[in-house]
Amino acid sequence: MGKRRCAIRWFDGRTGAAGSARLLALPEMGDHFPHMIRQPEPKADVLARRDAIVDGLRALLSAEAVIAEPLLLKPYETDGLSAYRQPPLAVVLPDTTEQVAGVMRFCHQQGVRVVPRGAGTSLSGGALPMADAVVIGLMRMNRILDIDYADRCATVQAGVTNIGITNAVQGRGFFYAPDPSSQLACMIGGNVNMNSGGAHCLKYGVTANNLLGLKIVTVDGEILSIGGEHLDAAGYDWLGLLTGSEGQLAVVTEVTVRILRSPEGARAMLAAFRSNEVAGACVDSIISSGIIPVALEFMDRPAIHACEQFAHAGYPLDAEAMLIIEVEGSPAEQDDLLWRIREICQLHDPISLKVSQSAEESLAIWKGRKGAFGAVGRISPDYLCMDGVIPTSRLPDVLRRIGEMSDDYALKVANIFHAGDGNLHPLIMFDANDPESFHKAEQFGADILKLCVEVGGCLTGEHGVGVEKRELMPVQFTTQELDQQRRIKSAFDPGWLLNANKVFPLAETIERSAPAS
Amino acid sequence: MLRPVQAARSLSTRNLTGITLYSPNELIISARAGTPLADIEATLAEHGQHIIAEPADLAAITGAREQQTLGGVIATNLSGPRRVAWGAMRDHVLGIRAVTGHGETIRSGGRVLKNVTGLDLCKLLTGSHGTLAVITEATLKVLPAPEAVGTVVFPGLDATAGAAALSAALGSPYSVSAAAWLPADAAARIPALAGFGQPVALARIEEFAASVVYRTDKLRADLRHDSTEILDDASSRIVWRAMRDLTPLTAEPADAVWRVSVRPSAGPVVLRTLADAFGGRGYLDWGGGLVWIAGPATTAAHEAVEAAAKAARGTWMLLRAPESLRAAVNVIPPEPEPLARITRRVKAALDPNGILNPGRMYAGL
Repeated sequence: MGKRRCAIRWFDGRTGAAGSARLLALPEMGDHFPHMIRQPEPKADVLARRDAIVDGLRALLSAEAVIAEPLLLKPYETDGLSAYRQPPLAVVLPDTTEQVAGVMRFCHQQGVRVVPRGAGTSLSGGALPMADAVVIGLMRMNRILDIDYADRCATVQAGVTNIGITNAVQGRGFFYAPDPSSQLACMIGGNVNMNSGGAHCLKYGVTANNLLGLKIVTVDGEILSIGGEHLDAAGYDWLGLLTGSEGQLAVVTEVTVRILRSPEGARAMLAAFRSNEVAGACVDSIISSGIIPVALEFMDRPAIHACEQFAHAGYPLDAEAMLIIEVEGSPAEQDDLLWRIREICQLHDPISLKVSQSAEESLAIWKGRKGAFGAVGRISPDYLCMDGVIPTSRLPDVLRRIGEMSDDYALKVANIFHAGDGNLHPLIMFDANDPESFHKAEQFGADILKLCVEVGGCLTGEHGVGVEKRELMPVQFTTQELDQQRRIKSAFDPGWLLNANKVFPLAETIERSAPAS
Repeated sequence: MLRPVQAARSLSTRNLTGITLYSPNELIISARAGTPLADIEATLAEHGQHIIAEPADLAAITGAREQQTLGGVIATNLSGPRRVAWGAMRDHVLGIRAVTGHGETIRSGGRVLKNVTGLDLCKLLTGSHGTLAVITEATLKVLPAPEAVGTVVFPGLDATAGAAALSAALGSPYSVSAAAWLPADAAARIPALAGFGQPVALARIEEFAASVVYRTDKLRADLRHDSTEILDDASSRIVWRAMRDLTPLTAEPADAVWRVSVRPSAGPVVLRTLADAFGGRGYLDWGGGLVWIAGPATTAAHEAVEAAAKAARGTWMLLRAPESLRAAVNVIPPEPEPLARITRRVKAALDPNGILNPGRMYAGL
């Protein structure tokens, strides 16, 4: 057929709403998108010196490691937030930390902005370039440098994929715990910069809780080792500050992670309830019984229906809310935990309970949930996937208000919720062929994120601020708080060369960032 | 702790007390910084929960007479045996409210378990020893306290063999929550262990009761050492409370106390090096990754500690010493100049006039 389907993200600078969508793009649209995100003004002097800068970079790396031709720059012009596209000045693909340092020294001297890039899977636009920026792509630095099972750590280059770490150690029964759903593609350097989570994070923590050390390159090209293979810092927690700093403080080239021994096994169960309130109360009861499941997923009615239509996993269509709960241990321990949880669920008058008796049955229970995003994409070709966090006790409340907003906006929404840690993923369905529908979806998304902050949560639990939520930061932080964060960023990068178009509201970034020295 | 500070004024959080929010089902507790840790622990215990990082009560070592506070434990990132498995204080500080050297009140984080919004100042301020901001309130992640505790004891192993056994234990699927090695004289300071008359390696399991039985049995069987013993729930709790509070450390009043953090397999080497260098007495926690050392409060001993930690590519801290020693030496490792420059700038970003605990961590900062 003549139609081209492409993944896009939309951003409205006015409302600060953002999300992802798949757009049924008509051939004549080409690459023209009506809503582009505001960017810092490209530095005229840098653009004027483009050729010299590219030559300078080529002198530092091999010629083929520096990309400057417009057509070859295209794969780097966007990331998982693919509505926003901006070809950079150039892309460099270093092989070593020393090369990264050389590039940083050069760019610093030249006043050239830099955007670090891993796999480019960011859903918040974390790797979106600027016209005058050099993208430093870490993907060629993909070697595993050391694995130590006795000391339970592994040192890898920043371009190793998340799953690549687990794959390297699972033969000995180990794994790397933080497992974002993009783990087949996303790279550990990006995980560090976004402080990525994953399905296991209630029990095993997020990236910040699973790191021991970093090798970084500062904005002026110094190579520093932070941490190592030991636990705890004696001075300031640079490891903690760098994690989740969204490429704004330094370029990460190597990462030392903790590796954990896998438990003996895991098994899942499914519980269907008559209301969100009852499901929420059941989550409370499980936690207060002293059980911390390794996974505790909540799906509302629209999500259940979407997943069932897609995966035919046997989900109960009469349920208002459903929990998938997973426990770990020996088979007998799994039995015991599942029995306890089942007893707790029974107290909440469930519609149905299904406890898996085997690994196969567990897979079947998970099948629908794991296909959720694809399932929603089947009902509605276009949807925004939000990422907010709320106190878990506020879930029924928040779902009710999202339901009211859904009526007001006349847009359907399905909710997936990591019940253990409060991370909410509302999937807002809209029709990209109708501009009005899209605008409404954007506003709906922004309203949900504002609601998250209002009830005591925060703007983002996993995806990061990037460019997507940049203008919403004042919803969560006071001016003083943002100023303090900016001062700290400036301590690392006085000239605001590193990823300057991210995280902080753009007007203040332009106003407050020091001119290039 | 750390370097002595010359300051015209002292600011006490003693009156900043009170639990401001406790939501057991959401696994969070918030309290003002001056709240005694014991009060928080008691409140958590009422709901079958606990502070995950298991911070020590350092009174015996430091001679401090006032109760430890939430703010103090966060500012020092004080963490105990469970740290090796479940994280330090810095891993569980979800939110902080603090007053910077600008006199501005800032918050970072919040009251939810996942939060990647903006720079993580909770991590920066945890372990910053009051040099960047005065913490006034904090929110911690908490977890259910275990129903039961069991300990597998491997007697008669030297430090190297002990650390290897603990490595196997921590690398097992049984979720060992603490792992320590004590030489005989250190073990003798804990009554339940004195009877062994030998060095002991200890691995703790914290779980539902039936799981403790299953896992301690399996661990014992899997590791295949002669004469292992299993300590029951009551004994285990007493032993690990003593471990938490550094009871095994034989420190004379005039002694200095250091803690050295290295990769676990290097702990035994550090211990032996320092025993040889100045008769250092100590033991290993965190499977070998934390070395506690007591010895003469001399610059020679201090330099030996620095050298041993550096050789093992780890880090160290002078935890206790007479003021004269603490004023004369580094109390934590100096940073390479590019990082020291960042340290100075970040300090200036939060405390431009250098009024907060000047010189506490680094001379002149």
